[in-house]
Amino acid sequence: MSSAGNWEAVIGLEVHVQLHTQTKMFCGCINQYGGATNSQVCPVCLGMPGSLPVPNEEAIRKTILTGLMLGCRIAPVARFDRKNYFYPDMPKNYQISQFEDPLCAGGAVGLDPFLFPKDLQDTDEAKAKRSIRLTRIHLEEDVAKSFHYEERSGIDFNRAGTPLMEIVSEADLRTPGEAFAFLGSLRQVLLSGNVSSADMEKGQMRCDVNVSVRPVGQKEFGTKVELKNLNSISGVRRALVYEIARQIAAVEKGEAIQHETRRWDDEAGATFTMRTKEKAHDYRYFPEPDLLPVRTDQGLRSAAEAGLPELPAALQDRLMRENGVTAYQASVLAADRVLCGYYEKAAKGTPHKAVVANWILNDFLATQPDPATSPVRPEFFGELADLVAGGTINSAQAKKVFAELMANPSSPKALVEKLGLAQISDVGALEAFCDEAIAANPRSVEDYRAGKGNAINALKGFVMKKSQGKANPTQVDEILKAKLSA
Amino acid sequence: MSLAHETVASLRRRLSSKEIHSRDIVKDILTEIGAREKTVHAFTHIDEKAALAAAETADSSLPLGGIPIALKDNLNALGDPCTCSSKILEGYRAPYDATAVARLRHAGAIFLGRTNMDEFAMGSSTENSALGITRNPWDPTRIPGGSSGGSAAAVAGRLAIAALGSDTGGSIRQPAALCGCVGLKPTYGRISRYGLVAFASSLDQIGPLTRTVEDSAILLSALAGHDPHDNTTDLRKPETFLANPTGSVKGLRIGLPKEYFLPGMDAETEASIRTAAHWFEKNGATLVDVSLPHTSAAIAVYYILATAEASANLARFDGVRYGRRAVDPKDLLNLYQRTRSDGFGPEVKRRIILGTFVLSQGYADAYYRKAQKVRGLLRQDFESAFTKCDLLLTPTSPEPAFPLGERTQDPLKMYLADVFTISTNLAGNGAISLPCGFTKSNLPIGLQLIGPRFGEEKMLQAAHAYEQAHDFWKRMPPV
Repeated sequence: MSSAGNWEAVIGLEVHVQLHTQTKMFCGCINQYGGATNSQVCPVCLGMPGSLPVPNEEAIRKTILTGLMLGCRIAPVARFDRKNYFYPDMPKNYQISQFEDPLCAGGAVGLDPFLFPKDLQDTDEAKAKRSIRLTRIHLEEDVAKSFHYEERSGIDFNRAGTPLMEIVSEADLRTPGEAFAFLGSLRQVLLSGNVSSADMEKGQMRCDVNVSVRPVGQKEFGTKVELKNLNSISGVRRALVYEIARQIAAVEKGEAIQHETRRWDDEAGATFTMRTKEKAHDYRYFPEPDLLPVRTDQGLRSAAEAGLPELPAALQDRLMRENGVTAYQASVLAADRVLCGYYEKAAKGTPHKAVVANWILNDFLATQPDPATSPVRPEFFGELADLVAGGTINSAQAKKVFAELMANPSSPKALVEKLGLAQISDVGALEAFCDEAIAANPRSVEDYRAGKGNAINALKGFVMKKSQGKANPTQVDEILKAKLSA
Repeated sequence: MSLAHETVASLRRRLSSKEIHSRDIVKDILTEIGAREKTVHAFTHIDEKAALAAAETADSSLPLGGIPIALKDNLNALGDPCTCSSKILEGYRAPYDATAVARLRHAGAIFLGRTNMDEFAMGSSTENSALGITRNPWDPTRIPGGSSGGSAAAVAGRLAIAALGSDTGGSIRQPAALCGCVGLKPTYGRISRYGLVAFASSLDQIGPLTRTVEDSAILLSALAGHDPHDNTTDLRKPETFLANPTGSVKGLRIGLPKEYFLPGMDAETEASIRTAAHWFEKNGATLVDVSLPHTSAAIAVYYILATAEASANLARFDGVRYGRRAVDPKDLLNLYQRTRSDGFGPEVKRRIILGTFVLSQGYADAYYRKAQKVRGLLRQDFESAFTKCDLLLTPTSPEPAFPLGERTQDPLKMYLADVFTISTNLAGNGAISLPCGFTKSNLPIGLQLIGPRFGEEKMLQAAHAYEQAHDFWKRMPPV
């Protein structure tokens, strides 16, 4: 029997985010993923003797912007430090990072219920809408990428010097679901500010997890374990579920938790010891003498403020209030700025904004997952919604138009004509159909008049058939009822 | 007279009037090198062919057009070796030009060789070179000073018209003093460090070694100014130094810091400096007694901060990407250990270990951070002294050139050679050393003038006036 209910996990995250900038952090090399090996390098990012770093203002501005979006305090004067350690992927054998005076301190990430895993969205943990405090955000340079072969290793320095932001949370998270929601929410914010593409699978967002367990009610933290090799947000959740269960099982057996780094193996669905920490590493931080302190209060902060986007929470509120979309739809839209931009264009010209949201989020995404490259112009959705609301086509016809729209994108008005679908709303024509129906179905007429209300359906079916589905069903209903009770 | 004996200024005049050609200078220098380089060993690398070829196409209308200049072996010049007189940079060829080198190139200068130095600029005698010692042209049994000893010996020995050096704690001024030439350490931030192999980033400055103050000003004018590749360079506009020499020191307030005149210092050095001070007074300057109270801490502070920075700066020499690499390493750690133990000399290792120690957890507060605080006090010392005077006048070195080998086993005694030069690096001020006399045994003595930050013009004017009123600079070494 599991006694997990008696235990509580304590989780803290360190998230590394590659910034989306034109050039690298300290040199003029292009900052782009996927170039030919060692083609995006220069004396500075290769750490050649005598080369010097020059800070990238765009990266500093984007870090400040991230801090502003997450409610951090922005340091008026920030500094860079050298972090000393030897490894071949680190060209200078020290990394330029920030230690004592990072650009941002404090701040928080709010956990939106819809950013929890689907299966947890109705639970109390998701509905709690907790806010997870951040310790700090600092800016540093990424290292190169190593490749290990049988006898030798190779290094691709294209990544060396990419601007890298490290976001450190307090140990406020308690469940794998919260960690999942934290990362999703953070990713939303990063995307909304165009700070990073934040794709974990491409290594643009990387996450180290610290996790320990303790009896519920205990104040002190248990011995923490660091988890590495987490390559997706759902992977973080799976790894935590496994690791927390492993730690609880161990302490229940009376075993001590090792202070160690463990590697998550997604295929095996388990964590394995990578290295045990004999002692804390001494990085011998000291102020980077090649760089002046960064004054953020002389234009950098105000430049970042000017670039502040509408934050996900505010966007969701607005979409629900002004467009009448559901909370879930608002959260999906806020999570994807490209999709949201597409939707907002689609909804712009029509009063039926909620209907457009349904079309896009339910039907459109199922066939065309990438709105950015879709040949379907967003305005078409507004037009389609107007055609239905205006009675030109009914909802069954609208489905046909939609299918055609996906296959051969062009104006829904044109498609309605092309498919010959325009609804018949002409009263004279409809009366003629109804008269014909009444004449041809005396049984049904009798039944209806005898009080069997359902009998009218046979008459409606007759009209729809005769009109090849084009008769306006609401009007037909009204006309038939009027004629039968006359 | 051989053109090798002339100054940059005079060669410039004769080149632009087409009286001589750049090739004539290079040939004369190569003749001198052929005759005396064997004894002096000022260079680690000489490229005669390249210098002659460059001389043929030199553009004498440029400020330094066709003038050969020697480069200290820690300045990157595209395609050339840059060994820092260390085994660890064996086979390395510079993949780019240092900004200082590019600016000289742009001004038309041609490069004829790379000068010897203490390994990674760590030393005061050029004896810490993995590529052999350099001898003082005034007495080949003595050291030329260091770390820019090769540059100083080349200029003094007429093996180069002018040279670049680097100064972290006195490495331009002390060898200039000991070899009887002019050495300028500009204000920190005046000349870009981009391409200078870093020893201690917050202290390093590139500067010229020349025969005259005028030449020093000509080179400084070509080298100075903001560089987008060096975040620590100053943003002020470029200027031409000593464009209008006044030849006068009238009205100058010359400060004599009492901490630089110590009982027991070399008597001949002290006498020369006092005589020089007297000359200033006689010519209309006022002598002011000032104090730089934290001077006694300077050496200790320097050997903490400089080594701390060096321990990180030299971490990149690991055999992974360039330079020497251990053969068949067992594993990564073994590659690092063997590459570095075989590649670095003992003084460099000593300083890396010292720097690593002072930054270590548990010690950084007592050493590194405390030293940073004292550095701030030293800076204040200079600031308050310069409210009372325009320039400071001190000896450059406590004594003239000492015999080869005398201090190689006593690092602490060796460190004292920089006692009068180190503080200006810590404070960031500019300073110049120029000849002010000779000992009875015919060894040069150097006078140091220290200016306020970015006060080079004032410093050069005073130095030039003093120099032109004397003929110490005209004397030729016996070698």
